[in-house]
Amino acid sequence: MSNIILKIDNVQKSFGGLKALSDLNLEIEEGKVHAIIGPNGAGKSTMLNVCIGQLAPDSGTVTFHGENMIGKSPHEINQAGISRVFQTPEIFPDLSLLQNVMIPAFAKHEGAFKMNLLCSLSNESAIQDEACHILEDIGLTAQLHTHAGSLSRGDKRRLELAMCLVQHPKLLLLDEPTAGMARHDTNKTIELLKKIKERGMTKIIIEHDMHVVFSVADHISVLAQGTIIASGTPDDIRGNPKVQEAYLGGAHL
Amino acid sequence: MKSPTIKNDMFVMLIFSAIILSMPIWLKPLGAGYPDLLQKFAIFGIFAVGYNILFGLTGYLSFGHAAFLGIGSYTAVWSFKLLTMNVFPALIFSVLLSGLFAMLIGFITLRRSGIYFSILTLAFAQMFYNLAYSVLTPITNGETGLQLARGDARIIDRLFSDAGEGLPSTNFFGLEMSGYSGFYVCAVLLIIAFFISQRIFHSPFGIKLRAIKSNQTRMKYTGYNTRPYLLTAFVISGMYAGLAGGLMAATDPLAGAERMQWTASGEVVLMTILGGVGTLIGPMLGVGIIKYFENIFSSLNDQALLQAYSFMPDWLANIMVTITSPFVGEGWHLTLGALFVLIVVFLPGGIMEGVSLIKKRFSKTQANTETGKS
Ligand SMILES: Nc1ncnc2c1ncn2[C@@H]1O[C@H](COP(=O)(O)OP(=O)(O)O)[C@@H](O)[C@H]1O
Ligand SMILES: [Mg+2]
Repeated sequence: MSNIILKIDNVQKSFGGLKALSDLNLEIEEGKVHAIIGPNGAGKSTMLNVCIGQLAPDSGTVTFHGENMIGKSPHEINQAGISRVFQTPEIFPDLSLLQNVMIPAFAKHEGAFKMNLLCSLSNESAIQDEACHILEDIGLTAQLHTHAGSLSRGDKRRLELAMCLVQHPKLLLLDEPTAGMARHDTNKTIELLKKIKERGMTKIIIEHDMHVVFSVADHISVLAQGTIIASGTPDDIRGNPKVQEAYLGGAHL
Repeated sequence: MKSPTIKNDMFVMLIFSAIILSMPIWLKPLGAGYPDLLQKFAIFGIFAVGYNILFGLTGYLSFGHAAFLGIGSYTAVWSFKLLTMNVFPALIFSVLLSGLFAMLIGFITLRRSGIYFSILTLAFAQMFYNLAYSVLTPITNGETGLQLARGDARIIDRLFSDAGEGLPSTNFFGLEMSGYSGFYVCAVLLIIAFFISQRIFHSPFGIKLRAIKSNQTRMKYTGYNTRPYLLTAFVISGMYAGLAGGLMAATDPLAGAERMQWTASGEVVLMTILGGVGTLIGPMLGVGIIKYFENIFSSLNDQALLQAYSFMPDWLANIMVTITSPFVGEGWHLTLGALFVLIVVFLPGGIMEGVSLIKKRFSKTQANTETGKS
């Protein structure tokens, strides 16, 4: 029996009259890739927002490594070991690719605040090497010094992934990492996800593309109308008639 | 956007120092080589270079930095009155006290960002301005302004000599603060201030400030507590402003509340934007241009204009004078406003953007001719 790294307990969240999350319960095992699937508006992104402190739930708890995360600020949650790739890429458009990756590396090494006002950036070769290394993995080295804002949408997504990976998070949250990507880019991302799977990082991945889900996930949960309606191994989910009806529209997988 | 090397930085420092220290020589043919104006260049240079650490790196537009200028000036004059005419302790107190106030004001105003931050800083500065005229008159001497008097205590100076006839003058360990020696004291401080700003720009701290400007949300979800970063930048820029205010009092020992008016805060914003926000040298360029043209334009009058147009036929000269006279003398601010509009519309990155555009075009044509040859 492996460890539960993240536990979502009875989380509720309403926006006005709309119940985005109702009685949400979820357990994530350490070292596993856990996919969350579900129709648009099911509350998948909202769930991640609650996990990283962007939204406060109306009730319920989120426990990470045995510690309650509710009420902590986003930077504390990140420092505890959770990084997230957003549904729309959140990068630093005015900085170079290298700097984009160095910033999260600094956060990992220096903590939430450090006043190294007068040190020179060019002396930070260890951080720089680390950032270059990750960018190499992602395949973005050719453009180390270009502005991140000028990248294509697919490349921005991959850059954001690099920014998260450089932190070696205990838990990585991926919100539709292949949405809007061409087939070719999607395949590249799948390769990448498989590669980082070998490193034993726990991941939650929200994804619409079933091809991606079934090629990387160890465990799948189906979210509909703010609550988990099914959970199991990919084979369980594939054969579950309830899931096929609610989400997959009866189509055979 | 390669990260500049230390060697590169040293080179820039050397050039900068040479240009600043030789200002009395190369500004003379331009009619700006006299001490008063030179001192102004250096003092406003410090103000703008510091302001750029906040506005240029973090993007937080403060409209209240003149408050720190005022605090620095009052502190310095009090140091002259109570302790000594040596400006060294006065400047230390100016920097410390304005830093302290910046910490307080920053702590409150940085709870908001964007336009709300700007308005909060403006409100604080206006509050200080009004207080200086009302409740605080025992400290600020109200509308007359805080001045030196023969009867001032000057405890430290009294230990060494009696109060002489007339008012004593400020000095830096014996070096007169008026005239050229005063300019050199200001210039050396400007060079140190520029050096520190350069270090901050090229430090991990500086790059994090830029990242906050670029995407503060991302910074938070990347594990940074952004508030202390912003507060540090705010306090540093406040201390720079305090030093500038202290130097204003040091070169002319008088402190008035008008120094804290919003127009003074606006001026430093103008200088920074005109030169190029977030570039190292931009703000200094902005200061040079605004102060130089202020000096020329504000001293012109209709008589001088007529003389300038004397090569034209009389009727044309008269028309030209009528058109241009609202822009000179008291109307200099009209010129400044027009200049500002032109810059923001056509070169939002300021003069430095213009320079880099020209550079790019130049290197492109060069590359073209080279490929053409081969
Ligand atoms: N900040 C918000 N304010 C109001 N409604 C929101 C907010 N965030 C999400 N919602 C609503 O909650 C529901 C779930 O949204 P979301 O979690 O983004 O779904 P998805 O599963 O597609 O990621 C949607 O109906 C959405 O409109
Ligand atoms: Mg979503």
